[in-house]
Amino acid sequence: MSTIRERIDSAMLHPELRAEGDPDAIIRDGRRLDHAEGTSKPLRPAPEPQPRGAKVRGNRPIDQQEAAARFIAATEHEKMHDERLWDLRQKRDREMHGIPEWEELRSLASAIKEHTLTHLDGYLDQFEANARSNGIHVHWARDAAEHNQIVHGILSDHGATSLIKSKSMLTEECGFRPYMASVGIEVIETDLGERIQQLDNEDPSHVVVPAVHKLRTDVAEVFSRTIGTDPGNSDVHYLAEAQREATRPLILNADAGMTGANFVVAETGTFVVCTNEGNADLSANVPKLHIASIGIEKIIPRLEHLAVFVRLLSRSALGSPMTQYTSHFRGPRAGGEMHVVLVDNGRSERLGLEEFWTSLKCIRCGACMNTCPVYRRSGGLSYGATYSGPIGLIIDPTFNARKYSNLPFASSLNGSCTNVCPVKINIHEQIYAWRRVLVKQHEVPFVKKAAMKAAGVLLSRPAAYRAAIAAADTALAHLPRFVIYNGLNAWGKHREVPHPPKQTFHSWYHANRGAKR
Amino acid sequence: MSSRDDILASIRANLPRVDRPLPHVPLFDDDPPASLLSAFKESLHRMGGVFLDPPTSADILAPVRAKIADAKIVCSTVPEIAGSRDIAVVDAPRDLADVDFAIVRASFAVAETGSVLLSDADLRVNGVAYLAQHLIVLLDPADIVVNLHHAYRRPEFRDRHYASFHTGPSATADIEGVLIHGAQGVRSLSVLPVARAAGTPTH
Repeated sequence: MSTIRERIDSAMLHPELRAEGDPDAIIRDGRRLDHAEGTSKPLRPAPEPQPRGAKVRGNRPIDQQEAAARFIAATEHEKMHDERLWDLRQKRDREMHGIPEWEELRSLASAIKEHTLTHLDGYLDQFEANARSNGIHVHWARDAAEHNQIVHGILSDHGATSLIKSKSMLTEECGFRPYMASVGIEVIETDLGERIQQLDNEDPSHVVVPAVHKLRTDVAEVFSRTIGTDPGNSDVHYLAEAQREATRPLILNADAGMTGANFVVAETGTFVVCTNEGNADLSANVPKLHIASIGIEKIIPRLEHLAVFVRLLSRSALGSPMTQYTSHFRGPRAGGEMHVVLVDNGRSERLGLEEFWTSLKCIRCGACMNTCPVYRRSGGLSYGATYSGPIGLIIDPTFNARKYSNLPFASSLNGSCTNVCPVKINIHEQIYAWRRVLVKQHEVPFVKKAAMKAAGVLLSRPAAYRAAIAAADTALAHLPRFVIYNGLNAWGKHREVPHPPKQTFHSWYHANRGAKR
Repeated sequence: MSSRDDILASIRANLPRVDRPLPHVPLFDDDPPASLLSAFKESLHRMGGVFLDPPTSADILAPVRAKIADAKIVCSTVPEIAGSRDIAVVDAPRDLADVDFAIVRASFAVAETGSVLLSDADLRVNGVAYLAQHLIVLLDPADIVVNLHHAYRRPEFRDRHYASFHTGPSATADIEGVLIHGAQGVRSLSVLPVARAAGTPTH
């Protein structure tokens, strides 16, 4: 077997052996060789270019359906995405069955989070005191802008102009990279998936696997453009190795490192970072300065509670018993400096939303995304928001009810998200509750609202409902297609309306059982 | 008002008025494996790590010596093996970027997950466990706990400024799910069971 290094060299040395867009072809004198049983043309069409995410136009509502339709039309992308995420869901089930106490762990995790959130002020206070006594500098940020300014201030104090960081949804939420670019600080993402997304100038599409919507050919295209790999070589080992080689010098020369945190332990003043690549540990342990950005909801009371969450996190996320690295930071290393920025950015207000505060239990494992049929088929970028998938549907509207008003409708309410959630958030019920709230706040478009209003009137009058259903069934059986499949019926888009039954349940009951009463 | 006071005030104003007591967390250790070492070995293999079977010969470190025989730069923080790079004189972590093999001892291991805990005391310079191309870990078989609930009762989490569970080598599958070892950190992690020398503190 050739080593990775040899494979890279051969790939670099013989680009002329590869046809444009067909890595299988051998080209001589500009012509494709087709001797023996060699095919004269590529028979497997090259995958389509990657579909891009939702169109974001300021504050206007994101059209998730439009972006999802483009993702579905990209058949190779949609198929890989769907199968890959379903595989993660199945691996998660395998792990669940391997632990007899799984359901007990979920209940414990939910109870610990609900306890902590209902005593959040006290535990944050405790964490701050303990972290300070261990030598950690603790900062507080009300919102994204303050977070970015605080981090900028720390970097400026140290004369730092380059920052290596590990993946953090919070920094995505804060628009951290664009801000740092505007003040002339170079940010280098060190997670492979996040680095791909950074180099492609695109947001992460999934909280755990940020580039899961990309095919290897898409990555080859991005890397050939940005780090100089062979555009015809989409071998995954080659691409990953090329990225390692390109990023290593940036890690060694960075002025500062940044991580997020998965958990924060109040009693010890510890924050915990979980990665598979070890990139957070490089970011934290190579430069002298380490800054951790942490959402205030990440806190748990004691170490004994941490065990519950560490056992659940990676099993739920990826179907792996543990992340490769689970690192506990309790204080700066000798000669180093450590800062923690505790960020609110809407969380304390969310705590006051009676129907929605338990969304703060989320540990960002992504299990709800992996299991969601809508997410798997439409891709994370179709949501046009920091958080996508089921958890995104219930978090995003708290940031901007108008912009994300369509998102709670991107669900079939099948409840699978709720069933796999390791901290037992009633996700599908909150999705439904958001629809109600957004309609009340007039954030839902007229057609959707008019249909729901009409349905509401019918549903509140049993006799009228029965008459309408019977009439609709008759109508559906006889109406021409253009009446059923038009722009006003969202259900008729991309799917067939179900065959109408010959009889309604009520008329069947009346005929068969009603007489016996 | 400071941001701190603002945030805490906002939290207090919004706290859900419900009673949520803190639950008791059991240790879930009713049914431990017959051999912690065998269970650890199996878990480690699942996570892409290599378990070095102790040799029958007198030289119990022979599997380590075989691994590092062709290495240019070896950095050891254990008394059992002398490396070619003295970690005591390392100025900055980046000076370890050329290390082929790092050899360290684990504080303890977890049978459930195949993890070894490496603290700042075990590593001396934390970066060595990530900048080296390969990592070899010595583990005293007496230092294996059954699961993570037991693990978090260990003193390292209260004493050390840095402690990390390593569960196999650096890995990624960010491109189409293809598993790669050595994404950013070490390309391989091997564990050799070797008892601590008498008189060596356990942490």
